[in-house]
Amino acid sequence: MRGWRWKREARLAGWLGVLALFILLLPVPAHGTLRTLHLDLDARQFEFTPPRFEVAQGDEVVIRLSASDVVHGFYLDDYGIERRVVPGVVEEIRFTADRAGKFRFRCSVSCGPMHPFMIGELVVTPNLPFFKAAGFVVLALGLLLAHRWRHLSAALSPQAEPVQGDR
Amino acid sequence: MTVARYDLLRRALWLGRVLRSRLLQPALMLVTLVVFTLAIVTGLFGTPAGSRNFGIVFVWIVWWALLIVVLVPLFGRVWCMMCPIPAPGEWLQRRAIVRRNPGRPRTLRKRWPRRLKNMWLQNIGFLGVALFSGVILTRPSVSAVVLLAFPLIALGLSLLYENRVFCRYVCPVGGFIGLYAMMAPLELRTRDCSTCRLHRTKDCVAGNAQGYGCPWMVYPGNLDRNTYCGMCMECFKTCPKDNITLNLRPFGADLFVSKSHRLDEAYKAFIMLGCALLYSAVFLGPWGWLKSWASLESLPNWLLYAAGLLAIVLALIPGLFRLCAALSDRLAGHRAGSRFVTYAYTLVPLGLAAWIAFSLGFVFVNGSYALSVISDPFGWGWNLFGTAHMPWTPFAPQLLSFLQVGVLTGGLLFAASMTVRFAGDGMVDARRALVAGLPVIAFQLVMTLAFLWLYLG
Repeated sequence: MRGWRWKREARLAGWLGVLALFILLLPVPAHGTLRTLHLDLDARQFEFTPPRFEVAQGDEVVIRLSASDVVHGFYLDDYGIERRVVPGVVEEIRFTADRAGKFRFRCSVSCGPMHPFMIGELVVTPNLPFFKAAGFVVLALGLLLAHRWRHLSAALSPQAEPVQGDR
Repeated sequence: MTVARYDLLRRALWLGRVLRSRLLQPALMLVTLVVFTLAIVTGLFGTPAGSRNFGIVFVWIVWWALLIVVLVPLFGRVWCMMCPIPAPGEWLQRRAIVRRNPGRPRTLRKRWPRRLKNMWLQNIGFLGVALFSGVILTRPSVSAVVLLAFPLIALGLSLLYENRVFCRYVCPVGGFIGLYAMMAPLELRTRDCSTCRLHRTKDCVAGNAQGYGCPWMVYPGNLDRNTYCGMCMECFKTCPKDNITLNLRPFGADLFVSKSHRLDEAYKAFIMLGCALLYSAVFLGPWGWLKSWASLESLPNWLLYAAGLLAIVLALIPGLFRLCAALSDRLAGHRAGSRFVTYAYTLVPLGLAAWIAFSLGFVFVNGSYALSVISDPFGWGWNLFGTAHMPWTPFAPQLLSFLQVGVLTGGLLFAASMTVRFAGDGMVDARRALVAGLPVIAFQLVMTLAFLWLYLG
């Protein structure tokens, strides 16, 4: 019986793996018109203004970074862009938003107590990683419930191998 | 259902010898006590820049990550075995560190109030720390004062009460470690309960020449969950029947011990899940105003923040969950709300997954600070090991979201599986049980999606 249960759980895990792989490899639709976006970003203890901005995948992004109190830094996750900005001097950061998803930018120069949590968000749309993740979670849950439903059907069937309750 | 267990000590005899050694626990405690003392001293006298101070970096990044990502999910309460906080009080009570000192512990022998023999004080303590976390986690001096307060309270209680009253009923960290230790695949148990029942002297409780009676006030013969066993290993030493062992078992086995489901623990699950959500918004979100409110920059704003946090954690989340649980009860044909507490235990795997996902979010990014502070713990310009000038380097940020999604999905699926089992308890129609569980599962799904939105959306 225990071996049968393990086989059942292993099969479920296998299906979940296949599902994850499928969602991960789902093709990304090509993007239409590409733009150059200019954005003013101000850093001050312990926030960026605006705290979150959205661009489309493939856009050329030009950030004019300023600091309004002390020296701050700018580090963009995944893109690996890092810059230091002192008050009164505007730094220009130029990059192509070629990867979709949400990317945090952080202060990279120790600027005070809340420094490690001085974070902003760049969302490159369409934010497929989020939708893929949410889809994966929902489908995985659906798969689990369908699997349990099937198992329970088998348990209720008069010809089925007797299945003990879980508890 | 009897769960498969693997008796580790039958296979690894050396492990039994190590665990029976009187030196093991004091040695581990001494090591952590040195690090803990350094964290307090650097917090009090070092740089006020948290990211350059050993106290902040080693306690809230290194220790925290080790605890919530590794120790608790895999080894349960093993941290409590080496925790330095109760050490001074316990050693003073026993008037010994390593050897077994004969005679009863030296205390005023007060009786701990019956109404406090639960997790409510720990819940209140954790919420107290959570309310000030914006300050405690970022200001070294405040962090040091809080860290210093823990052993002082423990010491004070050990003068009044016998055994580890602080760990069992007061420690805000011990509360959630106990809750999430139920998920661990490691347990300390008796090999045969009947041996304990028939054994008259109950050395594990009373103590003998080899060791003290259980300082956690647990009778191993009845032990069926990890929640209140501090893994101090005294019962290994005192049991003359060689009836205590360490088992490997499936994850989360304790959660199905239904006779032990309690409201204080259920609320711990709500508090932990709610705090994980709020911490994710405050510390990993882009909202500067929220960080400013949490870090006590102005009292009126902090009061708003505190009221919001308490309302969400104590009323909103339990309230919504109660609605879903009542709906599940109705679908199952039970009295509405009768299984509220039982269903709340399904939030244990989800909450642990949420804390792991949250912790990964700042540990991957800020872990590299540990390398520089180890060479310059006070931030005074030292360079003890040549790593003081290591630049801040986020570790594999591209990997982070995959790990967070994986952990959260695992937590959700575990929670949903538990819900189906709880819903089916006592029901003949198993398919109806699955349908009955859906409202609670919907709550779990919404919470998981909320975390996903905060991290990726």
